Amino acid sequence: MGVGLHRKSKKMKARVFVTLKPSVFDPQGQTIAEALHSMGYAGIGDVRQGKYFELDVTAKSPDQARTLAAEVADKLLANPVIESYRVEIE
Amino acid sequence: MKFSIVVFPGSNCDHDAYHAAKHVLGQEAEFVWHKETTLKGADVVVLPGGFSHGDYLRTGAIARFSPIMTAVAQFAAGGGPLLGICNGFQILCEAGLLPGAMLRNRDLKFHCEHVGVRVEQTDTPFTSLATKGQLLRIPIAHGEGNYFADADVIADLESSRRVIFRYCDSRGQTTDDANPNGSVNNIAGICSEGRNVVGLMPHPERACEPVLGSADGLVLFESVLSQVAAHGGVRTAAS
Repeated sequence: MGVGLHRKSKKMKARVFVTLKPSVFDPQGQTIAEALHSMGYAGIGDVRQGKYFELDVTAKSPDQARTLAAEVADKLLANPVIESYRVEIE
Repeated sequence: MKFSIVVFPGSNCDHDAYHAAKHVLGQEAEFVWHKETTLKGADVVVLPGGFSHGDYLRTGAIARFSPIMTAVAQFAAGGGPLLGICNGFQILCEAGLLPGAMLRNRDLKFHCEHVGVRVEQTDTPFTSLATKGQLLRIPIAHGEGNYFADADVIADLESSRRVIFRYCDSRGQTTDDANPNGSVNNIAGICSEGRNVVGLMPHPERACEPVLGSADGLVLFESVLSQVAAHGGVRTAAS
């Protein structure tokens, strides 16, 4: 079969990391940071809490999987008013 | 006049809104399940409080994709009076019918208490019978009511007088101590550009009778009643 022709869909894993935008206050992250400091972990500064999603994706290429994952992140997984996200494909 | 109250899986103030409309105001009221596609001839639509879809992902994030939301958006676009209370406000924000988003309360606590709320503007269908600066004592019950929007959005809301309710103390001062959740500018409720869509975190429907400790919330429902009576409703398809 010629390269690039009739490419079959493959199963891949898309990992989506959603975090609060830097301008948004994160009271949960701050509480965790304060707990760590009170436990004596002086080497840890700020903590920002986020969300992590693993999506099973069927796509013809990693690029297509990335596009699909970004689309669902835009529509549902992240709220662009307060959050941003990053996608990794495996 | 007919109130349609949308019921999502996890709504828990739908009956409070129904009771206020039907038994306190003596108006027609009907529940509309979120899977339905018409609002059954509503003059007023209420998205009630609760925990739609268990607040999974983000509050209101999944409910905004319910089939009924297409009809809700059309109703709003046609100028129909639409009120989002608590989770209903969160759904309106997620749906883009109102700007901004809700963060966790700044102290991470769920607040269930009566608070002071000041009416900022009276040119909405839900505040037309109130007076500017009127103080309401009505309950809140939320863990994620910390209203947030980018600075330019907040500036636009303020300059276009779309902040409708603010948290305040007993003297009407919008102090930081009177702010239960950390909302920007003590914002408790806002309206759309067309002013017909109003969302607020406090629960006026739970404060419509003295036996409940306050009847201050009644003015929102009496306002919309008089508005629809004066101008006629924007009736939706009855089928």
